[in-house]
Amino acid sequence: MHVLDKTQMERLEAKAVNSAKTRQPLYAPRKKIFPKRASGSFRRFKWLVMAITLGIYYLMPWLRWDRGPFAPDQAVLIDLANRRFYVFFIEIWPQEFYYVAGLLMMAGIGLFLITSTVGRAWCGYTCPQTVWVDLFLVVERAIEGDRNARMKLDAGRWTARKLVLRVSKHAIWLVIAAATGGAWILYFADAPTLIGDVFNGTAASVAYVTIAVLTATTYTFGGLMREQVCTYMCPWPRIQAAMLDENSLTVTYNDWRGEPRSRHAKKVQAAGQPVGDCVDCNACVAVCPMGIDIRDGQQLECITCALCLDACDGVMNKLGKERGLISYATLSDYNANMAVVTAGGSGPVNPSLVRTADSTFSARLAHFHIRKIFRPRTFFYMSAWTAVGLALIYSLLTRDRLEINVLHDRNPQFVTLSDGSIRNGYTVKLLNMIPEPRTIVVTMQGLQGAEMSVVGSDLPAARFFAIAVEPDRLNMLKVFVRQPAGEVRHAAQTFKFRVEDRASFESDEYTATFNAPEIAR
Amino acid sequence: MSSEHIDEVSGISTTGHEWDGIRELNNPLPRWWVITFYITVAWAVAYTIAYPAWPMLSSATKGVLGYSSRNAVKIELAAAEAAKGKYVAAIQQKTVSEIAADDALREFAVAAGGATFKVNCVQCHGSGAQGSKGFPNLNDDDWLWGGTTEQIQQTIAHGIRFASDPDTRQSEMPPFGDIITPEQIAQVGAYVASLSGKVQDASLIEPGAKVFAENCVACHGDNAKGNKELGAPNLTDAIWLYAPGETAIAVQVRAPKHGVMPAWIGRLGESKVKELAVYVHSLGGGE
Repeated sequence: MHVLDKTQMERLEAKAVNSAKTRQPLYAPRKKIFPKRASGSFRRFKWLVMAITLGIYYLMPWLRWDRGPFAPDQAVLIDLANRRFYVFFIEIWPQEFYYVAGLLMMAGIGLFLITSTVGRAWCGYTCPQTVWVDLFLVVERAIEGDRNARMKLDAGRWTARKLVLRVSKHAIWLVIAAATGGAWILYFADAPTLIGDVFNGTAASVAYVTIAVLTATTYTFGGLMREQVCTYMCPWPRIQAAMLDENSLTVTYNDWRGEPRSRHAKKVQAAGQPVGDCVDCNACVAVCPMGIDIRDGQQLECITCALCLDACDGVMNKLGKERGLISYATLSDYNANMAVVTAGGSGPVNPSLVRTADSTFSARLAHFHIRKIFRPRTFFYMSAWTAVGLALIYSLLTRDRLEINVLHDRNPQFVTLSDGSIRNGYTVKLLNMIPEPRTIVVTMQGLQGAEMSVVGSDLPAARFFAIAVEPDRLNMLKVFVRQPAGEVRHAAQTFKFRVEDRASFESDEYTATFNAPEIAR
Repeated sequence: MSSEHIDEVSGISTTGHEWDGIRELNNPLPRWWVITFYITVAWAVAYTIAYPAWPMLSSATKGVLGYSSRNAVKIELAAAEAAKGKYVAAIQQKTVSEIAADDALREFAVAAGGATFKVNCVQCHGSGAQGSKGFPNLNDDDWLWGGTTEQIQQTIAHGIRFASDPDTRQSEMPPFGDIITPEQIAQVGAYVASLSGKVQDASLIEPGAKVFAENCVACHGDNAKGNKELGAPNLTDAIWLYAPGETAIAVQVRAPKHGVMPAWIGRLGESKVKELAVYVHSLGGGE
């Protein structure tokens, strides 16, 4: 038997697909973020926005609005049981829901307008996720301290102190979450009554379920998931890129003046190396609620809350340098400035091109100008937004509060009576859309010789009748219209039902058809 | 293929999968997402245990909660029946005119009667109760056997010319083809047609009136207004069960057709007949 030695054996290029060297995690654990408290003008603005938005949300259901004895006195009420929506002086019936659709259109176009102008301002300032996370962070800081204290506490072993701090933090979070869920349901029923019922245990089970669900989501999203919601769950970060263009203001790290960054600027400078304004202090990263580094450029995770801007401005103030190393800037300005400081992209950022000899900025550098806001895109959004708004206002000012709708009986379309006259049946719906009772008059116009009678009433057959309608209700009548045989002109004649309130001079008309057999002519 | 590889452009490691030089970046899912996925899987398993789910040979697993959509419907139907109970009891006890006089009861009876009508009556009277040739229109104000709620109730309960019900409404017009001459039939046809419209040959009217007085007044009355006791139609109005016009009338005189309506009391029961009577009365022609 011939035996090969080791060197003669053929070697195959093969590796196990699951070898430990090549295995990589497919699932990433969440990295904890401990945002540091920022201070500055944007932080103050965010406090203001937070106070206003939370104030509106929690207090709105308690506002009262007198609508007289026949309607609820809650300023904002979505009365699902009665299908009425009350917003201050406006009362909306379900068929007027297009007002809500119009408002949603305005909200959508407004969002486009804001985004194309100042980037993701919605995300950074007013999104409920941002506002509630901010609120939860206030609680977290008040109990556990600022960034360093929180990191230390988190890394430390479980002690009685840690337990007390954690339990109280989560308890307060849960209270806020419950208040959030509780406030939501108050928009759907009389707030003082409902809140009493909720605490008595006599409220509807749907109220408790809603509170429970919204408490759970508020607590989970605001306290536990935070930036994960924005990064992974929200579609808007993906969509908003379509609204942004090179003239939109976004939170930008101006690396044309920041680079090359250095922690030991003087030493490096002494060694004759170029130094940018960024001292690599990481203040911008520490305050970021998303835990990202704005110096990596624009990224999906950035909600443009501008807290890094505040943090960096604080550092620049201390260093005696111009603020705005991180600033709201447009991509076009940024690109222009990058071209200037890299001498047209031919090399790395050269700080000597940023400043002149007397250490002011080079005159060639671009700065944001307000007219960049006014461009065709924003004009289009603005005019679309205004057009929808004006259409809504016009429609609101001219809308009917007294309406008539008529359904012609289809089967049978007409009935021949003993005396040869022709009868048609109609379902007449009278809509009294104000919260006051009134007496209205229904008249027939046209259809010679015909008279109408109301089924189930003692009213005599006539060409008009007066009827009392309840406040804020639809009154449905069955009306028979009868035309003598000799008066029938066509197989299908049109005539009008007219309804009017002789006190307020409101009126409405409906053009109906009267059918007759061919033989009756 | 399986060695660690970092994408040069993005600096992100790849999964090691490669297709024609295209590599897949490894952007790991967040772990909570995966946990959520497993929770939904667990939920699905628990759901199939709690509710009917797995198909077996003859049926499906029942589920430990014992839910069944049939039972759910039964419960809802029982609840609906219970809700109707008050009205059903009142309809059982009251007469049709009492029902018609009570707004709530009438509304209930009209709705219930309408439903019964759509199942049992539309085959002859039409879905809008508009009738057709030989089947009366129930919307109009012309009633062969009377149009009060009681009379309608009687008609529905016991039918018309329905042999197996002793209380049925009974009448028959003799075939006058055997009794009078064709000329007389043409004359009486012209006369009857003239009562509600025009006829071609006015000279037939006068002899026709004589024929009518001799043969027809017993049932249709001196003035041809009919007799509801006998179900004899009013011949002076604009409504014709079969067809208008002297020819059609002559046809009916020579060899009359007689409609038959079944008695419904046995099939529908007292309450439903009452509801139907109130419904038919509400159609617009009730007396």
